[in-house]
Amino acid sequence: MTANDPSPNHLQLTRDGQLRHFLTLDGLERGLLTDILDTADSFIEVGERTIKKVPLLRGRTVVNLFFESSTRTRSTFELAAKRLSADVLNLDISTSATSKGESLSDTLLNLEAMASDMFVVRHSQSGAPHFIAESVTPGVAIINAGDGRHAHPTQAMLDMLTIRQHKGGFGGLKVAIVGDVLHSRVARSQIRALNELGAEEVRIIAPGTLLPRDVESLGCTVEYDMARGMKDLDVVIMLRLQKERMEGALLPSEREFYRLYGLNQEKLALAHPECIVMHPGPINRGVEIESAVADGPQSVILNQVTNGIAIRMAVMSMAMGGQVAERQQKQSERGTA
Amino acid sequence: MTAQLDINVLLDDLETGLRRVLEERGVDSPVIVGIRTGGVWLADTLSKRLGLEGPFGELDISFYRDDFSRIGLNPTVKPSSLPFDTEGRDIILIDDVIMSGRTIRAAMNEIFDYGRPASIILATLIDLGARELPIQPDVAGRTLALAENQRVKLRGPDPLRIELQETA
Repeated sequence: MTANDPSPNHLQLTRDGQLRHFLTLDGLERGLLTDILDTADSFIEVGERTIKKVPLLRGRTVVNLFFESSTRTRSTFELAAKRLSADVLNLDISTSATSKGESLSDTLLNLEAMASDMFVVRHSQSGAPHFIAESVTPGVAIINAGDGRHAHPTQAMLDMLTIRQHKGGFGGLKVAIVGDVLHSRVARSQIRALNELGAEEVRIIAPGTLLPRDVESLGCTVEYDMARGMKDLDVVIMLRLQKERMEGALLPSEREFYRLYGLNQEKLALAHPECIVMHPGPINRGVEIESAVADGPQSVILNQVTNGIAIRMAVMSMAMGGQVAERQQKQSERGTA
Repeated sequence: MTAQLDINVLLDDLETGLRRVLEERGVDSPVIVGIRTGGVWLADTLSKRLGLEGPFGELDISFYRDDFSRIGLNPTVKPSSLPFDTEGRDIILIDDVIMSGRTIRAAMNEIFDYGRPASIILATLIDLGARELPIQPDVAGRTLALAENQRVKLRGPDPLRIELQETA
């Protein structure tokens, strides 16, 4: 199966092409990505009402399974589920059952037995959500909330929503992703989404030590010099320097990194005057971005957070919709058989 | 049959009926809300005919439908837009066709998430009967009984016209 081949056994899609899990952007085509963005647009309006709730997932149970801690991602998933009227259970697995020796599969089967409809999974191991969807609980919709260095598809999609809001579309756009691409699951998903949605150029700006091997094969150009890389940019996405993952000596020092790859007003002035500045958060002020830029007029960092709720509402309701439609289909097939 | 469904005659009847209901209820500054797609075209037209000032509302009821658990999410959902405060207002809710009444139930649920209106008047261009819920329009342009192989649809927005289809 090639990445773009929606084969009938596609793990993420139902037979008629509806989303049923959301694990990675690989294999999802432009039409579906655009549907996600359009649906999220409608959910943004819901977030502006007096009563910020719609009844789509009423009576369904969503379990946030965070094997790796994260405040923002977990709280936006929780709010998204609640605004869809679902019941939400937050489990911080790193501190509970697994420490008593229960295996991952057993924990999940127990949760499934509690009639859970959806697991939102964050895990430090690449491929964990995929494994759960395929082998453990296939009848539960699985949403990837970040796995290892592999993917963080809802973050990439909320970034796409933010770009589309500010730039109107993707055609002709020059977008740069700056910083620690090596450790970034976000960057991988962003590169994939930008290419699929038709951005003109995706440029990586980073030191060689923070680049994955063969990075160009992901569909991007590489620039080691930031001043050159900033030229003509419409969008600059700063990545967080993942201090907790910096075990080896990949960088001489934080100060050195900031001097070379930190975004300040001087460097931003080299981009297109209407270039927007994005960051998936949490931001390290003075490490990868200057406060004057993070809080400046070109920054859309807080829009990204608002859009994160809408994107998660879209993905959750679409995946749940695919699951229920599929169940319905199977039932009626049994009925007529 | 087609002569019977002259859009302008139906719109005239709808307008007359609405003016009468508004007068009976003593409503003098209603806001009008159309259900996407046909209802929105009608909201635009009726808003002008009734000389209402200010914008009209547009509802997309996809997030409120009662068949999510059978067919999933409508993939062509668009944002709703009620560009006014609905709290305490008299609302004219308008749709092109009423049948089961489920769309109207969903629309009323959605309206209440924006605030508590003083009242809602329901207007539909065509009433096909076949109700499944206890919801009735206050005003209908025309009541029709269709044969099983007949379908009626409002086309528009410019010009608005009613299409009656017969399937084999």
